[in-house]
Amino acid sequence: MQETLDRLIREVLHEDPQVWAGSWVVYAAALLAVGFGLTVFGALVAGLTSWWERRIAARMQSRIGPNRVGPQGTLQFLADALKLIVKEDLVPPESDQMLFRIAPYFVMTGFALTFVVLPFGYHLSATRMNVGLFYLIAVTALVVVGIMLSGWASNSKWALFGGMRAAAQVVSYEIPGGMLALVPILMAGSLDLHEIIRAQGGFPWDWFVFQTPWGFIAFFLFFATQLAEGNRTPFDLPEAESELVAGYMTEYSGIRFGYYFLAEWGNLWVMSAVISTLFLGGWQVPFVSAETLAGWEAAGTVPVAFYGVSTAVFVTKVVVLMNVIIWVRWTLPRIRVDQMMSVCWKYLVPIGMGLVLLAALTEVLSFQLFGDAAKGPAPLGTPRGALHLAFFAVAGAVPTVLFFRKIFRNIRLTGDRIDLTNW
Amino acid sequence: MLFDFATVLAFVVAAVGFAAITLLMGSILRPRFPNAEKETIYECGERPHGAAWFNFNPRFYIVALVFVIFEVEVALTIPVALVFRNWVFRSQGMVAFWEIFAFVLILFTGLIWIWVRKDLDWVKRFTAGKADVAGGTR
Repeated sequence: MQETLDRLIREVLHEDPQVWAGSWVVYAAALLAVGFGLTVFGALVAGLTSWWERRIAARMQSRIGPNRVGPQGTLQFLADALKLIVKEDLVPPESDQMLFRIAPYFVMTGFALTFVVLPFGYHLSATRMNVGLFYLIAVTALVVVGIMLSGWASNSKWALFGGMRAAAQVVSYEIPGGMLALVPILMAGSLDLHEIIRAQGGFPWDWFVFQTPWGFIAFFLFFATQLAEGNRTPFDLPEAESELVAGYMTEYSGIRFGYYFLAEWGNLWVMSAVISTLFLGGWQVPFVSAETLAGWEAAGTVPVAFYGVSTAVFVTKVVVLMNVIIWVRWTLPRIRVDQMMSVCWKYLVPIGMGLVLLAALTEVLSFQLFGDAAKGPAPLGTPRGALHLAFFAVAGAVPTVLFFRKIFRNIRLTGDRIDLTNW
Repeated sequence: MLFDFATVLAFVVAAVGFAAITLLMGSILRPRFPNAEKETIYECGERPHGAAWFNFNPRFYIVALVFVIFEVEVALTIPVALVFRNWVFRSQGMVAFWEIFAFVLILFTGLIWIWVRKDLDWVKRFTAGKADVAGGTR
């Protein structure tokens, strides 16, 4: 972004950005504008998602859902926000006043900071950090601080239990999440989110999820850890209303309560964007190969349409993933707290360690077998691509067969049957 | 790099500002009629029994300890994973692989140890005040 601003200063204001003192003002204003804009973007996404999720939930439960405010109820979130803002703000006098008031700021900050590195399209992101993914893992931990503070400061037993549970869950799932993120890092050799995307290709078989069987397994497990970190069903135990009232949010009301939900729904975008960056090729457009793109960049003639198309591709992937997350929420039941911990520590962590080693070994072996051809994505026609496909077929077929055997066994045991007549 | 950090700072200011402005707007618009009933801590409609700041279940403490250890492990592995491909392309891939392998193996041993000690079990049984270690009576 600095280059763009420097060019702006040079060409519009006719000053030298290196020596002109006013460039600091320009920088600060531009950064604040971008920061504020992206925070508002996150809030808008969160609001629209809240409406969309309620509509989908209603559809899945044969209800109508919010459809009165604006066309099809699209403006429902504005009405909700307005209501939350003008609602009486209760801060219990017996709570720890200061911590109670600061906690939502941590949640909001942790949420907004992820947008610093999240890509939106080709060359579109607030900054390109060479430690992007590491930074992302680090700042999402700020949300946990907010959750623990709110749980402790409320001086309510429900909030305390909920906050502790949420903290234990989110920090636990950060371990397998980080380990599984190592698989795409190993395959891309970079932490910069744009570089990770550029190590993939436009077609599905160029994506990291289909490059190696380890990527394939890691994709699904990473998806599960992201659900858990975002406190989404089936891992939404912190908000298990039947046992914990509203968890760490029990004592909150008004817009302070709203911030938690803003961050939670906004996190849908964040986690979908991270998943599609790491495993689903990000903004890579089909039929635009890495060589074409490099050619455009070398000649300085990247078509303006490419920015738009790549953004459209990325947003499509993110929206599809968000929908999947919403479907999961309204399909699966909530798991128990001991199951949640054992899934993390006894399954995801050891599997994650194994996948990292296997991914590393695959990198070594494929370089020894194929030499320099191992540096980029493996196209389908090449021997390396064929080998990947064979690996993938076996590694995909075995769990699939086992899964369906188990499903059919369960159906047989319970005397149920598959009924497709109502389709 | 400094510019990146400046961006992070700007986002912090923007996020805090966003929350503060909406709260400030609300404080002008919203009503405020507190009363004793409204301000009690929620406890299923009963008068709350004492403060909620009491000693808490130690298993969260164990989870937090294990988390710190493994998070440091992930943080240390990320740089290695980052340069791994450079090693591979210099034909030193096997060396790097065995180093990662040794590191992960040591941590895996740690995980097994915690597992055998039953610190990963959510419902951990305590017998006569001391932890039920593997091979002990259950």
